[in-house]
Amino acid sequence: MQYEPWEPARASDIIAGLTHKEGATLLMLHALQQAFGYVPQDAEPMIAQALNLSRAEVHGVLTFYPDFRREPPGRHVLKLCRAEACQAAGGDALAAHVETRLGVTFGATTADGAVTLEPAYCLGLCATAPSAMINERVVGRLDAAKLDALLTEAQQ
Amino acid sequence: MSLRVFIPRDSGALAVGADDVAAALLEQAHARDLPVDLVRPGSRGLYWLEPMLEVDTPEGRVAYGPVTPADVPALLDAIVAGAPHPLRQGLTDEIPWLKRQTRLTFARCGIVDPRSIDDYRAHGGYRGLERALKLSSDAIIDDVVKSGLRGRGGAGFPTGTKWRTVAQAGRGQKYICCNADEGDSGTFADRMLMEGDPFMIIEGMTIAGIAVGATRGYIYIRSEYPHAVEAMNAAIEAARRTGYLGEHICHSTDSFDIEVRVGAGAYICGEETSMLESLEGKRGTVRAKPPLPAHKGLFGRPTVINNVLTFSAVPYILDGGAQAYADCGMGRSRGTKPIQLGGNIKHGGLFEVAFGITLGELIDDIGGGTLSGRPVRAVQVGGPLGAYFPRALFDTPFDYEAFAARSGMVGHGGVVVFDDTVDMAKQARFALAFCAHESCGKCTPCRIGSTRGAETVDKIIAGDRPAANIAVLEDLCNTMKFGSLCALGGLAPIPVLSALTHFPEDFGLAPRRLQAAE
Ligand SMILES: Cc1cc2nc3c(=O)[nH]c(=O)nc-3n(C[C@H](O)[C@H](O)[C@H](O)COP(=O)(O)O)c2cc1C
Ligand code: SF4
Ligand code: FES
Repeated sequence: MQYEPWEPARASDIIAGLTHKEGATLLMLHALQQAFGYVPQDAEPMIAQALNLSRAEVHGVLTFYPDFRREPPGRHVLKLCRAEACQAAGGDALAAHVETRLGVTFGATTADGAVTLEPAYCLGLCATAPSAMINERVVGRLDAAKLDALLTEAQQ
Repeated sequence: MSLRVFIPRDSGALAVGADDVAAALLEQAHARDLPVDLVRPGSRGLYWLEPMLEVDTPEGRVAYGPVTPADVPALLDAIVAGAPHPLRQGLTDEIPWLKRQTRLTFARCGIVDPRSIDDYRAHGGYRGLERALKLSSDAIIDDVVKSGLRGRGGAGFPTGTKWRTVAQAGRGQKYICCNADEGDSGTFADRMLMEGDPFMIIEGMTIAGIAVGATRGYIYIRSEYPHAVEAMNAAIEAARRTGYLGEHICHSTDSFDIEVRVGAGAYICGEETSMLESLEGKRGTVRAKPPLPAHKGLFGRPTVINNVLTFSAVPYILDGGAQAYADCGMGRSRGTKPIQLGGNIKHGGLFEVAFGITLGELIDDIGGGTLSGRPVRAVQVGGPLGAYFPRALFDTPFDYEAFAARSGMVGHGGVVVFDDTVDMAKQARFALAFCAHESCGKCTPCRIGSTRGAETVDKIIAGDRPAANIAVLEDLCNTMKFGSLCALGGLAPIPVLSALTHFPEDFGLAPRRLQAAE
């Protein structure tokens, strides 16, 4: 995934484009993360000012939702489903395999900055489990070999 | 004449390579100078056959699956020559798995082009709205009441009653909110409809808007579903362009518009009041009820909140189907239930059927048992807060009350199959850890109880005073059940206690049969 480098002027534009919406905080956080890959601390007062909220309120929203990152992610984000249907289809062993292979635990980014590993709790692909999403691409009927191929591609 | 071919765009099909098959098909057709008209519908829901490729023939659509890109050249030869092929499944509509279903809500899914409003209309779409536009608010709601429709999001609350409350809540701004958070693991019916028949959801929400006097609608979709978000946005755009959304829909005096909002990874935001907070741009903490959302909902205004499947049932009901809908089902569970078969299952997918089918029929006959070929040991029904049932309870019919009578729940209709390698103590631990992870933090039993519960299961698994710790666990579960503000903390004990009750041997206790003999 290609993200833009953090740029306050660009962030201001994104925020200004959404202020007319009802309850716009999440919209803004999503839009900023889409552009920059994460929501830096500097964005919090900008959103607060645009929506007439306190900075603490914006911070509270940002930290409530697991999706929002406060640090830049790796070049690829691998979300592996850890929920029940995938567990039933061998998902736990697959999770252990990925952690070993990448040398990171869930929530962390590999040292080379290639892959951020995140858990997902159901991707709605439970009839073709185990499932994952790499960037926005969905993958089902995963096994170690298929996952390794995906990771090799990502780490190049 | 060109060959009309269908390859799903559904994300379950994409996840197993549908795009690659589509690319291979176009390439091979081009190489042969064969004109092909490729349609990308939703999925028929027979996921073990995905990627499934269908071809239009004078007799109807013929299915092939599961197709890989490498299969395509020989497959195309067979199609053109009218010759047999090992992947040929015959006429799609005659496939027993599909033929046994009663598809009311999923009648069009996998058949129509979800990007085409004309195709939707050609398949009976918008007839419900056209009729609703001629009816009074009361008459629309009467139809919904008559159908017996109950909320499909989990709790099974009567939909007509909810709508009537909002209709009677005075004038001024009201909202229609469609709950498309579909957070329950093992469920994907909402996703399939958003990707496969999005206009039906729009139509259902629009009818609700007219019935209660609301002009604005939101559909709250979880972020794990980027394809559904894209499909809904495309459909909303198309509906606006053709006058089915916006000011004066279909040249009537009614106005209604819809906006998609995307969640951000919090399971609790599927709970309706948490969803409202999230739509308002806040932390997704649960609100105390009363006031009910029907009185004070989004931005404090009267609000209808229904699940995707609930709104989706409405166009059929309003198109003269209220009685036919009510005629399906059993007891107080009327109509059909889209059941989702997943996990370790041979024939997983979407099975829509009248209420009353038993769990055993679903898993053994329809699902074909496990994919691993090992015996089925446990089945979790109704998402992460649903009960684990052993084979001994496979005679339970799909019916809200029948499941409740056995300390389980139908919920959103997810059925997750586990084989005999499952460790039920581990599953119980997961349920508690999940609750701890997803707790909104508002009440102590849920926030602290779930964490303590997971620690206690760890002790039991480690063999640390199992009997005493099981008593602690049961006590914690009781506190959570009765002391939690919402159903996350209130229901999380269900998977835990069902695992303990039906699979005690996994917790270091004597198996149940032996206990009973004592
Ligand atoms: C923790 C929790 C999660 C829920 N998740 C969902 C969900 O993902 N989708 C849904 O429609 N309802 C969900 N519900 C139920 C909603 O609160 C609400 O009952 C439902 O949206 C009402 O619509 P219905 O009457 O059409 O079912 C959840 C409830 C709880 C307590
Ligand atoms: S039960 Fe849990 S999720 Fe529900 S309100 Fe209480 S703390 Fe929040
Ligand atoms: S449980 Fe993994 S995709 Fe649904």
